[in-house]
Amino acid sequence: MLFCGVPYAMQDELVAIKGIKDGLFISLSPSEEWLAITSELATRIDEKSSFYAGANVTVDLGQRAVPKYQLTSLKALLERRDMSLNIVLSDSQTSIDSANALDLRTSTAIATPGREPNETLPIDPEEEGTPGVMIRRTLRSGRTIHSKGHVVVYGDVNPGAEIIANGDIFIWGRLRGTVHAGANGDENAIVCALDMTPSQLRIAGYITISPPEKRRNITPEIALIRDQQIIVEAWQKR
Amino acid sequence: MGAKIITVTSGKGGVGKTTTTANLGIAMAKLNKRVVVIDADIGLRNLDVVMGLENRIVYDLVDVVEGRCKLRQAMIKHKLFPDLYLIPAAQTRDKTAISPSDMVQIANQLRKEFDFIFIDSPAGIERGFRNALAPADEVLIVTNPEVSAVRDADRIIGLIEAAKKGPARLILNRMKINMVKRGEMLSPEDVTDILAIGIIGIVPEDEAVVPASNTGVPVTLNENSRAGLAFTNIARRLNGENVPLMSLENSGGFLQRISRLFAGKSG
Repeated sequence: MLFCGVPYAMQDELVAIKGIKDGLFISLSPSEEWLAITSELATRIDEKSSFYAGANVTVDLGQRAVPKYQLTSLKALLERRDMSLNIVLSDSQTSIDSANALDLRTSTAIATPGREPNETLPIDPEEEGTPGVMIRRTLRSGRTIHSKGHVVVYGDVNPGAEIIANGDIFIWGRLRGTVHAGANGDENAIVCALDMTPSQLRIAGYITISPPEKRRNITPEIALIRDQQIIVEAWQKR
Repeated sequence: MGAKIITVTSGKGGVGKTTTTANLGIAMAKLNKRVVVIDADIGLRNLDVVMGLENRIVYDLVDVVEGRCKLRQAMIKHKLFPDLYLIPAAQTRDKTAISPSDMVQIANQLRKEFDFIFIDSPAGIERGFRNALAPADEVLIVTNPEVSAVRDADRIIGLIEAAKKGPARLILNRMKINMVKRGEMLSPEDVTDILAIGIIGIVPEDEAVVPASNTGVPVTLNENSRAGLAFTNIARRLNGENVPLMSLENSGGFLQRISRLFAGKSG
């Protein structure tokens, strides 16, 4: 088994999209060009349009003064993608006025991700889980899935297909393509498949390939990092 | 009733798209169907050669699209079958000379007067493939039992599904049964295991195919050709007949039946 480091560059983001309890929380850079931001937002949504469709959106405009026409176009951009703009957060009175004019809720009291109150945790807190994408079909050669969360595929991942996820990757089917779990460096990420014969499997900065020999017993397996290498073990033994 | 428009494609080049299109056209004409075959491989036309009609070309597909002739004028009648026509590709232009909507328009004009329209797609996944795919009611994917051909077929199937033209059906061409037996070639099961689409025909390797293509007399016209028989069976299946496929369900059965078939032919 060989391994090598993979470099990661976190880019300065124009747009940040996070999942929150009642939908999506989108923060837009307060300083960059508005057009650049909205086109980046559109691109990012279109990459995972089915994942975002139907979401209620809270948008954080920060210090930016957003006139009504810009907010209208942002609202339309989201609506064209089956998302609804519900709440506008801003420190600018112009932006708040624009939001009020469009009958949007403006609140500064919304709990933003990372600012959730920890003091009042109930004894049995509800498990919130972490977001992911669910793909209910076979990924054929040439298909690429990128996700900031986990990826679940109900179907096969054929040779030539590629999944890159910051979280875990679950394949309810045959994994024969290339996968990269924990792509932002998370060494706790795992890859599971009913039939694990990937062309190449990466977790965080480690990389491995399937052994060349044909296996007789096909059994669900899990790949994870242990002792600084990727190991693959049968699910039953866990 | 309108014609059924069937696009023959593969992703990879050299797997037998043009041979398949020519033979399906002939086989369908032998079944007394009214057929047009269209060569969509602008710039690299071949279908006319394989069908033995090269020296009769006056106008081509691009001439039709650009209004230099009527559609009828570009349709070349086959020497043996009065209801089989070829629309040749232009040799001097490239794929951008026509658009997907041109192809849809031409196909729709032909729809009323014919039973089957076969479109020979160029290799690749670019404009030429898009042109060939646009008017399709059904897509046939030709592949060989080789890893690279199957990989490209898989890619193409994904694109066809995305274009909502699926489910495509598979023609497994140039199957060498002795190599499969020795484990040196992918078996039909190996191929369907990856591609997960239905097989409409398996065409055995047949040395008669190359001279047939070279002389412009497709192998389907040769009563003794195994490949010709396979193409005829595919045409009958496309025509709605229930012609049993050499069994793929039980892996032993396929090999046995093929070898019995071979034994019968040679003996």
